[in-house]
Amino acid sequence: MTDKNENLIVVTDLCKSFGDNSVLKNISTTIRKGEKVVVIGPSGSGKSTFLRCLNCMEDPTSGSIIFGGEDLADPKVDINVHRRKMGMVFQHFNLFANKTVIENIMMAPVYVAKKSIKKQKRDNLLIKLHLKKGEAVPVTSSLADIKAQEKEKALELLRRIGLEEKADAYPSSLSGGQKQRVAIVRSLAMEPDVILFDEPTSALDPEMVGEVLELMKELADQGMTMVVVTHEMGFAREVGTRIVFMDEGRFVEEATPEEFFANPKSERAKEFLSKVL
Amino acid sequence: MLDFELKIAKFLEQFIEKGAYESVLQGLQNTMLIAVSGLFIGILIGTLIAVVRVLPKYKTLPKILDGFCSFYVGLFRGTPIVVQLLVFYYVVLPLLGFNRVDSVSVAIIVFGMNSGAYISEIMRSGILSVDPGQMEGGRSVGMSYGATMIKIVIPQAIKNILPTLGNEFIALVKETSVVSFVGATDLYKAFRSIGSRTYEYMVPYLVMAAIYIAIVMIITLLIRLMERRLRKSDR
Repeated sequence: MTDKNENLIVVTDLCKSFGDNSVLKNISTTIRKGEKVVVIGPSGSGKSTFLRCLNCMEDPTSGSIIFGGEDLADPKVDINVHRRKMGMVFQHFNLFANKTVIENIMMAPVYVAKKSIKKQKRDNLLIKLHLKKGEAVPVTSSLADIKAQEKEKALELLRRIGLEEKADAYPSSLSGGQKQRVAIVRSLAMEPDVILFDEPTSALDPEMVGEVLELMKELADQGMTMVVVTHEMGFAREVGTRIVFMDEGRFVEEATPEEFFANPKSERAKEFLSKVL
Repeated sequence: MLDFELKIAKFLEQFIEKGAYESVLQGLQNTMLIAVSGLFIGILIGTLIAVVRVLPKYKTLPKILDGFCSFYVGLFRGTPIVVQLLVFYYVVLPLLGFNRVDSVSVAIIVFGMNSGAYISEIMRSGILSVDPGQMEGGRSVGMSYGATMIKIVIPQAIKNILPTLGNEFIALVKETSVVSFVGATDLYKAFRSIGSRTYEYMVPYLVMAAIYIAIVMIITLLIRLMERRLRKSDR
């Protein structure tokens, strides 16, 4: 699992269309462990759709996405299991409005633990009734233990972003930057292998962009694999290990940031850069 | 003139000395029991139908369920509650082989199914009023559609529709005044019997109206309190 060059996500011939509108056209790429892929391009080029297809927020029309040894594009695969290892951060944060900050962070880990306890109990019962083969594994941890444990972990995460005192506040009382940082640690709580960022700073006030990018940089330095759709060219240049330039549903250009920003090859990328830089 | 004092005296005599207050209490209890249980069943049925109706419809099963739900809603919104009560009591139950069923239980079931049809539409609009990002947030951390619906979307939907749901509850309380059609003792039946004993209906029905108003005012107050409590996540 720790091989630096291990392929994490292998995308082959990914297509997505909404009705007659073809948004992604035969995209193939490989995302390796530890890579920070930054996807840029004009609006309507399919960047967000590409990102959202990676964890099947949008169901791909065709093609395959191999992650954790399974094809996520296959409807029979339990996508929920894989999404736990593939965090996502949204433009509009999408924190649970009816839960406090700490509940937001604990929610998914507690849910997963609760599910596995239930499954274990069910399996034990089946084994006892000789309906299933195998050895009964006694359930050792109670839900209260798990909750306490997850709460400690969530507090640790909040401490890391300096929002410990906001643990019991509701998301509506946070600033945009704080919300987005909470959203990032919410995805971290599941200890994902990769985090997908969908324009994480686009909905923020300019003065709050910095704190979010700072946290993302920190994650990048710790070796987190990231796929980031963004308009922050400075971030792309500084943090990205690979720039993907998209236009009209295709990967027009893939290069290291140095190469891409110094001399873009395609006309379209040159034109785009001349406008945004 | 009307000789109001005499009428009041007659009413009080029946109400207190002849023990009619007992049947009024019984009626009040039944009225509230039918309305509260009806609302509870209605919320359950309504939420189920609403969830089916907002389900993505790629597959066959949701389509079939959706068809069934719209038939159900059409049926219960298309007929008066009295008709539903009578049909259920005198047609459906005997056909199913139940002959002696407690009329209060019948009323609870019918009122529950009826308000389920109305609440489904209220709940559907409530679910649609919740930002789709909430569902995406839940799905993105690996929770299932159902779990996200129950833990995240529906609580927020209920907060949004609470005033409308309160309206439904008030309507339900008042509509229960038809349950005497199948023989259940409610407030109306209790006061009617007081009137019929003295041939004086004016005071009993006036008191009955006052009690209904009092109930509705109390409910309104409770809903306000609940709303304030649920709104705490907005501040």
